Amino acid sequence: MNLFVEIKESFLISVKAIISHKMRSVLAALGIVIGITAVTLMQTAIEGINRAFESSISSVGADILYVQKFEWFGKEDFEFYRNRRDITLQHYEYVKKFSQTAASVAPSVGSSRPLQYGSLSMDNVFIIGTTDEYQKTTSLNVDEGRFFTSKESEGSYPVCLIGMDVKNGFFSNINPIGKIMKVGTHSFRVIGVIEKQGSMLGLFSLDNRVIIPITVFYKLFGTRRSVTINIKAADMNNLDETKEEIKSIMRKARKIPIGGRDDFGINEQAAFKDTYNQLTSLIKIIGILITSLSLVVGSVGITNIMFVSVKERTKEIGIRKAIGARRRTILIQFLIESSLICLSGGLIGLMISFPISLIIDAFVLPTAMPLWVVALGLFISLLFGVMSGFFPAYNAAKLDPVESLRYE
Amino acid sequence: MGSKLIDIKNVTKIYEMGEEKLFALNGVNLEIEKNDYVAIMGPSGSGKSTLMNIIGCLDTPSSGDYILNGKDVHEMDDDELAEIRNREIGFVFQTFNLLPRSNALHNVELPLIYSGMTRHDRIQRAEEALNNVGLGDRMMHKPNELSGGQRQRVAVARALVNNPSIILADEPTGNLDTKTGVEIMALFEELNKNGNTIILVTHEEDIAKNAHRIVKLRDGLIEADYRKTE
Repeated sequence: MNLFVEIKESFLISVKAIISHKMRSVLAALGIVIGITAVTLMQTAIEGINRAFESSISSVGADILYVQKFEWFGKEDFEFYRNRRDITLQHYEYVKKFSQTAASVAPSVGSSRPLQYGSLSMDNVFIIGTTDEYQKTTSLNVDEGRFFTSKESEGSYPVCLIGMDVKNGFFSNINPIGKIMKVGTHSFRVIGVIEKQGSMLGLFSLDNRVIIPITVFYKLFGTRRSVTINIKAADMNNLDETKEEIKSIMRKARKIPIGGRDDFGINEQAAFKDTYNQLTSLIKIIGILITSLSLVVGSVGITNIMFVSVKERTKEIGIRKAIGARRRTILIQFLIESSLICLSGGLIGLMISFPISLIIDAFVLPTAMPLWVVALGLFISLLFGVMSGFFPAYNAAKLDPVESLRYE
Repeated sequence: MGSKLIDIKNVTKIYEMGEEKLFALNGVNLEIEKNDYVAIMGPSGSGKSTLMNIIGCLDTPSSGDYILNGKDVHEMDDDELAEIRNREIGFVFQTFNLLPRSNALHNVELPLIYSGMTRHDRIQRAEEALNNVGLGDRMMHKPNELSGGQRQRVAVARALVNNPSIILADEPTGNLDTKTGVEIMALFEELNKNGNTIILVTHEEDIAKNAHRIVKLRDGLIEADYRKTE
């Protein structure tokens, strides 16, 4: 008998056996149901956390380098950092002048100031001073109005763009374009609204801000702040090349001797991701391991039930052998039975965890059960089915026909 | 008579029980020809069940040769024996040994499944076999919905369905009342007339006298072997 026919016939026999022992099959599958539910929900939760991180990190921009006074995740000693020189507008100009691989370069400085519009006011709004090229070095889109021009930027025009939080605070029912509002004590004309950005890791809003020309910023709020140089690489694939270039330009600009250590940081999204992955990967692994334990327990349960099932059907096995079933046939029959129990357990588990993942998505954090988790869940169920069925099935296959026929 | 179907030469079967050795068969020689109808008799412990298991390829002898339909069986492995059982032997047991959760048709179909026949042919053959034993109207019944006699007829149909060389019946009437027993024996008589070789294992003289040849076993040896004179 060829293997395909054998599997097909064994499949039908197994389905019959499972159906005729409904209660036992359901109880056996329960462990796998719980296990698969736990594992897939764990994965969904991890996916949700990853997505939250990804959407936050996207505001940083994958192809943007940030030249700053400090590294985001520095590992040097404090003494080394304390005496670092600020990064100034001269450094920005130097980079802009000499960089070949940067598509656009913009400086930015920031400070918190209160805002006022008529009788309304807002505290602690983040004010960014920059140039007209800033928009190109970020993922910012202008929702209404426009960004400021190079003329406005260089000519110290008192114009500003506002974030969505500011718009909602001051101009919820009116068109903000052209309105005059106060940043600190100085009047600015609103020329644009920045599209909603969301929040960084759910901690602070990226919409609670105002963007003004850096020339104005310096005049009104002073020049004693370290500048961030935002650099968009011309080619994302050559980001490292750009990074090296910027590094050598900065070293030259700051007259660092050969062999001397960099006294500035070139930051990028990757550093964020690396740190995030380092922090979370261990937690993820532990989470998966713990939830997998429930699968192992479920599998032991199935092994148990299959042993009982084989014992109980000793006579049936004897009859089948007497009329010509080979060892392999019996082995396949019981393997398919345990695999089917596990697989249906896995399916039921998915049917439970999928709606729960939708609930998590709607009320807790945006997530989705990735397709590979579904596939993996079913694969694991099948794998555990074969594993937990193997020893009982092997026992059944090597039963002696004479003795099993005599078994009552 | 026809050609030699079973040729058993000096077969022994020894069970080791700890230190002791139990000789269930102690050098048995037996030849059975095609289309014969043989009863193997003997009291319990005489070795007749062991002999039946060896003839039925459920078990292998400890020593000696067994040639079944030209094939040397005594050194076959489990799977080869399974194939011989499937193709050459049709078992009829005292306790019927039907699958309780399957209907009559499926029970009869089972040997054909194991021989790899297609579904369509299988069903046709199984239906034919059930019709031949007079159960054409009971095919969809499960064993517990059938009487003892009907169950044994299903078992006979199952034994016949793969056209085996031998029908091997172990106390086939042991669990039946006398009247039904007679009916089953009549069925065997008819099968024999149609060319089937039948080996009947029994301890009842009444049943054994239906056969054409009687082999008596005692203490693992053939005590008597004679042909019934008509």
